[in-house]
Formats: sequence, C-alpha cells, structure tokens
Amino acid sequence: MASNFFAKAPSAKSTTATKQVIEPPLQPWVEKYRPKTIDDVSAQEHTITVLQKTLTSTNLPHMLFYGPPGTGKTSTILALARQLFGPDNFKNRVLELNASDERGISIVREKIKSFARQTPRAQAVASDGKTYPCPPYKIIILDEADSMTQDAQGALRRIMETYARITRFCLVCNYVTRIIEPLASRCSKFRFTPLDSDSSSLRLAHIAQCENVPVSKPVIDALINTSNGDLRRAITYLQSASRLSSSTQPPTPILPIDIQEIAGVVPDNVIKDFARVLGIDVDDDEMDIDDKPSQKQNGFDPIRKKVKFLMREGYSASQIISQLHDFVIFHPTLNGRKKSACALVFAEADKALCDGADEELWVLEVGLRVHKSVMS
Amino acid sequence: MSLWVDQYRPRTLDALNYHKGLSDRLKSLSASGDFPHMLFYGPSGAGKKTRISCTLRQLFGPGVEKLKIDQRIFLSPSKRKLEINLVQSNYHLEITPSEAGNFDRVVIQELLKEIAQTQQVDLGAKQRFKVVVINEADSLSRDAQAALRRTMEKYMSNMRIILCANSTSRLIAPIKSRCLLMRVAAPNEEEILDVLQSVARRAGFDLPPEAGTKIAEDSGGNLRKAVLTLEALKMQSPDLTGPLSIAKPDWELYCQKVADLIIGEQSPGRVMEVRSKFYELLSHCIPPTVILKTVAERVVDKVDDALKADIMHWAAFYEVRMRTGNKKIYHLEAWVIKVMSLYKHFFYNIDMSEFD
Ligand SMILES: Nc1ncnc2c1ncn2[C@@H]1O[C@H](COP(=O)(O)OP(=O)(O)OP(=O)(O)O)[C@@H](O)[C@H]1O
Ligand SMILES: [Mg+2]
Repeated sequence: MASNFFAKAPSAKSTTATKQVIEPPLQPWVEKYRPKTIDDVSAQEHTITVLQKTLTSTNLPHMLFYGPPGTGKTSTILALARQLFGPDNFKNRVLELNASDERGISIVREKIKSFARQTPRAQAVASDGKTYPCPPYKIIILDEADSMTQDAQGALRRIMETYARITRFCLVCNYVTRIIEPLASRCSKFRFTPLDSDSSSLRLAHIAQCENVPVSKPVIDALINTSNGDLRRAITYLQSASRLSSSTQPPTPILPIDIQEIAGVVPDNVIKDFARVLGIDVDDDEMDIDDKPSQKQNGFDPIRKKVKFLMREGYSASQIISQLHDFVIFHPTLNGRKKSACALVFAEADKALCDGADEELWVLEVGLRVHKSVMS
Repeated sequence: MSLWVDQYRPRTLDALNYHKGLSDRLKSLSASGDFPHMLFYGPSGAGKKTRISCTLRQLFGPGVEKLKIDQRIFLSPSKRKLEINLVQSNYHLEITPSEAGNFDRVVIQELLKEIAQTQQVDLGAKQRFKVVVINEADSLSRDAQAALRRTMEKYMSNMRIILCANSTSRLIAPIKSRCLLMRVAAPNEEEILDVLQSVARRAGFDLPPEAGTKIAEDSGGNLRKAVLTLEALKMQSPDLTGPLSIAKPDWELYCQKVADLIIGEQSPGRVMEVRSKFYELLSHCIPPTVILKTVAERVVDKVDDALKADIMHWAAFYEVRMRTGNKKIYHLEAWVIKVMSLYKHFFYNIDMSEFD
C-alpha cells in the first residue's frame, strides 16, 4: 500500500482548513451555484411553497422527494436543513446517508438508531449572529433511497415509528416505484419535475452573468435542448464550453455547436446519412435531386457498413437510437403505419440496451427493421 | 523489452497523432483548477487510455508516471475476500472494479471514501485534487454506480473521477449528469497509417506504404491491434515487402469453421457438432457475444440477401437473452437452430413453422 497516497490528513481540523483553501473561482459551478436557501431553488414552485410553511411552523412531516437527476432534490433538502438549524447545529442535527454508505439492514438499524436515539440538544446561539428555528428534532436524509434493498427499507419502517417524536426522515430518489409502499405512505411526497425552459434559462443566464461569460440566446437554447431538464448537466456544459472558448487566442464566443459537441449529441448530418441509407426521405439542400436517387444505396450491406462506421465513431447506441427515433417520428412524409412499425423496434431496442445487449447488434437490428418498415 | 504498443505510446497530449481538437480541449480543461469529472467513451483500441494518461500528465507533470502496483483486499458483505489490483502514483489511482464482479460496490464505497477523506500530501502538487481513474466503467453494477453518485458531489473539492468505458448506454443517467463526456472515435485508416509510420520511424525503419495500408485496413479501427500486427509482421519478414499475410487469431478461424458447418448442413447431428465447437470456444474464454457476432458475420456473408436481415435479427434477439439468462450455450444453440431452420426453409421451402 502506498502510504503516501492514502496518508491521512493530520487532523480533522486541517482537513476543513484545506477545504477552504480551494479558491471559489476554481470550484465547479454545479457546487458553487448549488442553492443556499430554498428560495434559490428554481422551478419546483409547489414544493417550495409547502416547504416555506414548514420553516415558520417548524413542524415537518416525513418526506419523500422524487424526480429525475439534476432537478434540485438533494439541494432542496440540504438548503432546508441548513435554514432550519443554521451552520452550528447542522452537524449534530442532520445525518446524511447516501448510496455510497453501507446501507444493509444492520447498518440501517445501528447507525440510524444510535443517531436517532440521542435526544436533540437545546438551541444554541448561532455563530453567524442569525437566529434559526432549530426545531426539537433531527433530520435523517436518505439520499438515493431507491438503491436501498427492500429488506433495509422494511427495517426502516419500524425505526421511523419508534423515533417518530424526535426524528424526521427525508427519502430522496429518482424512481418512486422502487420505494416500498408502506414506507412511501408514511411520507408526504414531493415530485420534482424536469426544469421548464424558462426557469433553466433564467438560472443559466444568472450563472453566466456572475461568471462574466457572454452567452447568446441560441447557446442557452442549445443548453436546454441537450440537457432535457437536467440543470446540473446544463451547468456542467456551460462551464466546459466557457472554459474552452476562453482558452483560445483570442477568446471566441461560445457557439451552439460547441454545446452539442460537449453534450455528446450525434451531429444532425450523421443521423440524416443514416436515415438515408435506411431508405427514409431526407430533405437536404446539399443533395442534388438528379444525383442521388439513381444509385439506390440501401439494402443489407450498405446498412451494415453504415452501422460499423457509427460504432467506430464511438457514438453511443442509446444516443443514436433516440435521435433516429425523433427523426422518424417527426418525419413529415412517412405515414402513420410505417411510423408505428418503427416505434415497435425502438421500444425493443431500448429494453435490450438496458439489459446490456451488444450495441452494434442492436443498432443494426434497428436499422434493418426501420428499413423494412419504411420499404413495406 | 516492452512491446511497441507500450514503448511508443505517446505520453503527452501534444504527442497524440489524431483527434487534435480533442487534445486541445483536454489541454485547456487541464489548465484550470475546475477540471470536471469526465467520462471517456469509444470503441476499444481507439486510444482512450493513452489519452487519459496524457491528460494526467498534463495535470500533474511527469511525476504521475511513477507507478506502483499493489493489491488490496476487500471484504464482501458475506466476508469473502476480494483481491483488487491498484495502480497508483502520488497523484492518481487507477482501478478496474469489475475485477470484483458483483461486489464492485464494496470496492467503490471503501476505496473512494478513503481517498476522498485524505488529502494531497505533496504540497508542491499542481492540483489540489487527486484523480481516480475507473476502467471498464460500463460494466459497473447499478449498485456501484449508485454508490458513486453522491461521492462524486460531496468530495469534489479533493477528488476527480475519470471514467473509461466503451459506451455510455449502460451508465445510469445520474452518473452521466455528473460528468463531462469525451467521445474518442476510432482513428480512420489514414490516421492509423500515420501512427504506424511514426512508430516505424522511431523503431528505426521505413514502413512501405502498401504494407502500412494493409495493416490499417485489417485493424478495423483498432490501433492497438494495428501496432501489434506491425510488430509481429516485422519479426516475420524484416523488410515488409511482398505479399503480407496477416494471420487471423485461432479463435476467429474456429468461429468461421462453425459458420461453415452451419451453412454446410442443417440437421440435428450438425447441431450437436456445432455445440461441441461452441463449448470448445467458451472453455477458451472467448466471450459468448464475440462468438455469436463472429459466427453470424461469417454466415451472413455466405447466404442469400433475403436471409441476412433475419439472421442478424435472431442474433440480436438471442444475444440479449444470453445476457439476462444463465446458460450461454443454450442461447447460442437456439440461434444456430433458428438459422438452420430459416436456411432450410428458404432453400427447400419446407414448412418449419414449428420452430417459430
Ligand atoms: N431547481 C434547481 N434550482 C437551482 N439549481 C439547481 C436546481 N436543480 C439542480 N440545480 C443545480 O444542479 C446541481 C445538482 O442538483 P441536485 O444535487 O439537487 O440534483 P438532484 O435532484 O439531487 O439529482 P440526482 O437525482 O442526480 O441526485 C445543483 O448543485 C445546482 O447547481
Ligand atoms: Mg441528489
């Protein structure tokens, strides 16, 4: 074991000291602009209104936050806890357990039990001069709760009841269906929705302004289109794009295609070429009408060749399939019957890829079946 | 003496022969303290690993090349011992969690926390953070991926993660949301030729263009394979002129034989024969997906156009089943029977609907 790599920090104190050494400008923006209070959280109005009330009444139910990645679940609960307890009490009043912690049944019992059992201490004066509600209970955050086993979730039920007077639980997850019903029914549920484009665009513009990065409307649109309501992704893309554009001599403005490149989107013309090989009409200005149709470039071998090319380029199968899906489904002239036949294979391919299927075989399968449907 | 693939591996971003744009991006990202978590993906042999190590060097300087290899023992929840190899320098650590099979979660949890809670000891280090490179990230179990999520956020002040994978399809959305994606496409034939020529120059000989082109064509975009082939051929015929025969690996020839058997005769007896060949291949640790794909490719090359799409359809179909199922051989065999029945039906117009 290399002793130096794993050398422990001399003491806990110096760990926190070095943490502060990290200059704010060098922080990733996702962390730098993580909402500090629940008012900072964009969109999710319903959730925020309800949580605002709990701040004044200081009575909190058990809660279940669910929704897709990067929509503010973790940020909201952390901000809420901080607003309830202030910086000093945060440590001894809030326990955060996530999927990176061992969460077998025994751990759920021991760790949560011992934390929940210590009776909360009375309110102390906050070091930052502000006063905090500091209600007489502790909050246990179980982040990424959908990766807890059923047994562990079962064990949690009892614990929730036993310590109901002095603890509040907040379960956070992406898939609410993975939480067992008896547990879910004990919580008030809050659904986090993918961010709408207005809120995303406001937040992104705000960050860009704070960072002194000029961004145009089309760039913001590109960020929103490629991130599908996942604000974390949009922020990461924005930061990378600004880093790249400012490093050129002289600095160039960020362009929408930079964003697409960073986001791993397959370029439009690549998808169009693929579609053309599959026999789908592609309206393309660059193509001369009397030039192409004569050499009918479809059938098994050209399709296989194209798929091999796509794989070599390293595009991910799920990305290709999702873009081809959009291309087919929104195609202006394909009839509904053909589109429906294609829809079937897209669904099968998605499932297969989730099961870990070979990507090349399935992109080929999608290609061949779309070809067959279109030609029928 | 090391192989040419290792000996002449580029060590800095500037020395990388192709995908200049990508190298430039990596360089400017490395120049700042806000280096993000990254996910490198692309086909094998495209040069992902080389690019990662060049990036590390750009980040930390040559010190990152002083590697130590250790073994670490982890305990699975059932107290089974798991041995994992760790490759590390003072600044980074490289792991292949798939070595731990189903217990990769344990490795991720323990190791990453341990690293995250320690700090850079080298005060002169160019970066405040350490980097953890996770190889074969697409074979991480869902649990292990879940274990990465919050760790990636919480310990971002002193750790960055670089994931290396063949594809992003098998990674869960929350992980992709936390990384900057870096696609590394396979080099095209010209680019491969270029690399081969520079390897030859450094090894002190001139590569005849015809030989180079032939090797590049044969490599299928896999640069590692191309350089290995170059070295092997150079050993065989030092002047690299005249007709070159690039030997196919044994297992590939064997797969072709299987394909020929399938096309040659369609009978229960033949199925048994093919079956024993499959066992042979499996016992030599050829991954079942590779077997299926190689045999299928050969079969479709030899049959009528009308059959090709169906044969590939059933290959795709049985390949997923093979993954979710337990006994690989059942599904390989099922595919063979399916293909034989399609073939027979097509040629003799025999009703084989009972196999549908
Ligand atoms: N509603 C929001 N308002 C403001 N910022 C947000 C919002 N949602 C996400 N962000 C930004 O994205 C980052 C990640 O958000 P957060 O950790 O809350 O996501 P999450 O919902 O917990 O995602 P996951 O399911 O992947 O854990 C935050 O640091 C913040 O910068
Ligand atoms: Mg979260």
